[in-house]
Amino acid sequence: MAVMMYRQALNQALREEMRRDPNVFVIGEEVALYQGAYRVTEGLLQEFGEKRVVDTPISEEAIAGIGTGSAMVGLRPVVEMMTINFAILAMDQIVNHAAKLRYMSGGQLKIPMVIRAPQGAGMQLGAQHSQNLESWFMHVPGLKVIAASTPYDAKGLLKSAIRDDNPVIFLEHELLYTMKGEVPEEEYTIPIGKADIKREGKDVTIITYLRMLSVALSAANALSAEGIDAEVIDLRSLRPLDIDTLTESLRKTHRAVVVEEDWPTCGAGAEVMARLQETAFDYFDSPIYRVTLEDVPMPYSKNLEKSAIPDEAKIINAVHCAMGQRCQLPIRRPTEEIMQVEAKEEEEVEEQEEISRQ
Amino acid sequence: MEKNELIDMYRQMVLIRKFEDSAGEMYKRGKIGGFLHLYIGQEAVAVGFISAIRPDDYVIGAYREHGQALARGMEPGRVMAELFGKRTGVSKGKGGSMHMFDVEKHFMGGHGIVGGGMPLAAGMGFAINYRETDQVVICFFGDGAVNEGAFHESLNIASLWRLPVIYVCENNLYGMGTAFERVSSIPQAFRRAQCYDMEVESVDGMDVLAVREAADRAVRLTRRDRTPRFIEAITYRYRGHSMADPGAYRTKEEIREWEQRDPIPKYRHYLIDQHIATEQELNDIDSEIDKIVEDAVQFAEESPEPAPEELFEDVYA
Ligand SMILES: Cc1ncc(C[n+]2csc(CCOP(=O)(O)OP(=O)(O)O)c2C)c(N)n1
Ligand SMILES: [Mg+2]
Repeated sequence: MAVMMYRQALNQALREEMRRDPNVFVIGEEVALYQGAYRVTEGLLQEFGEKRVVDTPISEEAIAGIGTGSAMVGLRPVVEMMTINFAILAMDQIVNHAAKLRYMSGGQLKIPMVIRAPQGAGMQLGAQHSQNLESWFMHVPGLKVIAASTPYDAKGLLKSAIRDDNPVIFLEHELLYTMKGEVPEEEYTIPIGKADIKREGKDVTIITYLRMLSVALSAANALSAEGIDAEVIDLRSLRPLDIDTLTESLRKTHRAVVVEEDWPTCGAGAEVMARLQETAFDYFDSPIYRVTLEDVPMPYSKNLEKSAIPDEAKIINAVHCAMGQRCQLPIRRPTEEIMQVEAKEEEEVEEQEEISRQ
Repeated sequence: MEKNELIDMYRQMVLIRKFEDSAGEMYKRGKIGGFLHLYIGQEAVAVGFISAIRPDDYVIGAYREHGQALARGMEPGRVMAELFGKRTGVSKGKGGSMHMFDVEKHFMGGHGIVGGGMPLAAGMGFAINYRETDQVVICFFGDGAVNEGAFHESLNIASLWRLPVIYVCENNLYGMGTAFERVSSIPQAFRRAQCYDMEVESVDGMDVLAVREAADRAVRLTRRDRTPRFIEAITYRYRGHSMADPGAYRTKEEIREWEQRDPIPKYRHYLIDQHIATEQELNDIDSEIDKIVEDAVQFAEESPEPAPEELFEDVYA
C-alpha cells in the first residue's frame, strides 16, 4: 500500500484510465497548463499532451455539451467543473441532454462521460461558492451520482466511473483533497452502487458520505466512550442507492442517523429516509434523525459558517435522540420559524386594516 | 475638469492601492479568509468610470470589486470589516470579499459567478427604462466573462431593447491562469461585442485620464440616446488571481513591463508636471490615505463578529 493524498489518488485514476483507453480525455477550465485549480490534473498535460488534456474558455454549458457530444460519437470524456457551483451553468446540457439521450434514442446512444467536481463548504467562500448540490443530480434518471470520501474510494470509484457507459456525476470535496490514506499499488476498481461499512457497530447506524464520513467516524469514536457502538456506513454511490446494505444494518441496529452536508429540504438524506421507511420500517425502534447543513445560504463570516455545517457535537446529539436519550430534539427550522412569524405579523396588519375600515 | 476633481481621482486610486495592499497583508495574517482577489494595477479603470457618473446611477461588479466599491464612496472601514467577516461590514459579514453591496450608494455587488452580473445589469437597465428616468448602469466584468453565454444573451438584449448599460470589460489579459488569446476566437474583447450592433471602444486602462474621457463620452451618450455601449479597458493585475495563485503562467519580465505603466505614478507625474498639484500636496494625500486605511483596519479589528442568530436572518425579505 502507498499512502497518498485524495487528489493524488484521483490523479492516478485519471492517468491509468488514459493509458488504458485512448478514447479517454480530460477537459475543463485550467486543467492543463495551470495543472488544475485543485491540482487533480497535475502532470497530465505533460504525459498526454494538449490533444487529451484540454483547457477551455470559461464556458460551462459548452464544456458539458462538448463532453456529451463527443460521448455520443464514441469518446469517453472526463469533464472537470472547477467547482459544482459552476455546473449550475451547465445544467441544461447535463439534465436535458446527457441524462436523456439514451432513453430518447430508444437505447441507440450511450453517454460514457464523467463530470467531476468538488463541492462543499468550510473555506469561507461564501454563498455562491460553498454549495452541495448532490440532490439536484440524484433527482435525475439517467445520471449516476458518486461521492468519494477517502483516497482509496476516490481512485477505485473514479476508475469505475470512467469505464461506466452512462453519464456519471463524480462529487469530490474541497476539504478532502489533501486528506491522506492508503491506496493499493495494484490495479483495483470499486463497483458503483455499493455502500461501504466504514465502522461496524450494533447500536445505531450513521449513514453518511463525502466529507461528513470523517466527521461521523470521529463522532462514533466519541460515542463509543459513552458505551454507544455506532455503525458508520459510507454511501459512496448516491444514485443508485445501496438500499440493501442500509436495510441490513437497520435490521441489526434498529436506529439510524443520516449525516449530510447539503440542505435538508429534498436533500440526499430525505431520500435515504424515505427509502428506509419503505424497506426497514419494521426494524425501527426510533425515528430516523438527520444532521444537515443549516437551511441557509452559506455566510462568509467564519463563526457563522462553522455553525452552519454539521459537526461532531450535532451528530452526537442526533444519535442521543435516536437512542432515546436526553437530547435537543429537532424543532421547526429557524428559517421556517422566521417565515411563520413574519406571515403572522402580516396577518395582524391586515386585520387592523379591516378594523379601521369598519 | 476642475482641479479638485483631478486630484480626487488621484486620491481614489491611492486609496484603492493602499487599501488592497493592506487587505493582502491582513489575509496573510489570517484576518481575512476565503478568496481574496486584489485590484492592484487596475485602479484607473474603476476610478475613471465611477468618477464619471452620478450618485443615482448604478454600479455592478464581479468578485474583484473592492476597488469599485471604494471608488463608489463606500466606507473603507466597512469594506475592510466585510473582509474581516464582521457584522459592521457592508454586507454584515455575510458576503465577504466577493460580495460587497451598498444599495444606498447604488453599488449592486459583488458577484462570484463569472458573467453573472451581466444579465443583472441588463435588468437594472430595463427598470430604468421602465421608470423612464435618465440613469445609467455601469457593469464591470473580466475578460473571462466574454466566453460565458450570459455575456452574449445580455448584450443582444441590451442592444435590441436599447438598455442604458455601459458594459466595461476589464481585460487584464488573464482569467486565472489562462491568457485571453488562448480562449478567445478573436483576440480583442470589444470585437466580440461588436456583432450586437452597439458602440464599442478600447481604452488604455492604465491611464486614468483616457479612461475618464471614454467614460464621460459613454455616460453622456448612453444617457442621451438610451443605448448600451461596450468598452474594453486594457489593464493588468499585478498580483495573482487570488492569494493562492502560484503565478507560473506569466513571466517576471512581463509583470515588470506592466509595472512601468503603473497608473498611479504616471498620473502623479502628470499632476505635478501640469502644475495641478505640488509634490507636497500629493504627499499629504498619501499620508492622509495611510491614516484612512489604518483606521479601516482598526475599525474592522475592533468590530464584533455577527451574533450566532444572524445565521438565520435575511434568508427571506
Ligand atoms: C461560472 C464560473 N466559472 C468559473 C469560475 C471560477 N473562476 C473564478 S475567477 C475565474 C477567472 C475569471 O477571469 P476574468 O473574468 O478575466 O476576471 P479577472 O479575475 O481577471 O478579474 C474563474 C475561472 C467562476 N467563478 N464562475
Ligand atoms: Mg481577467
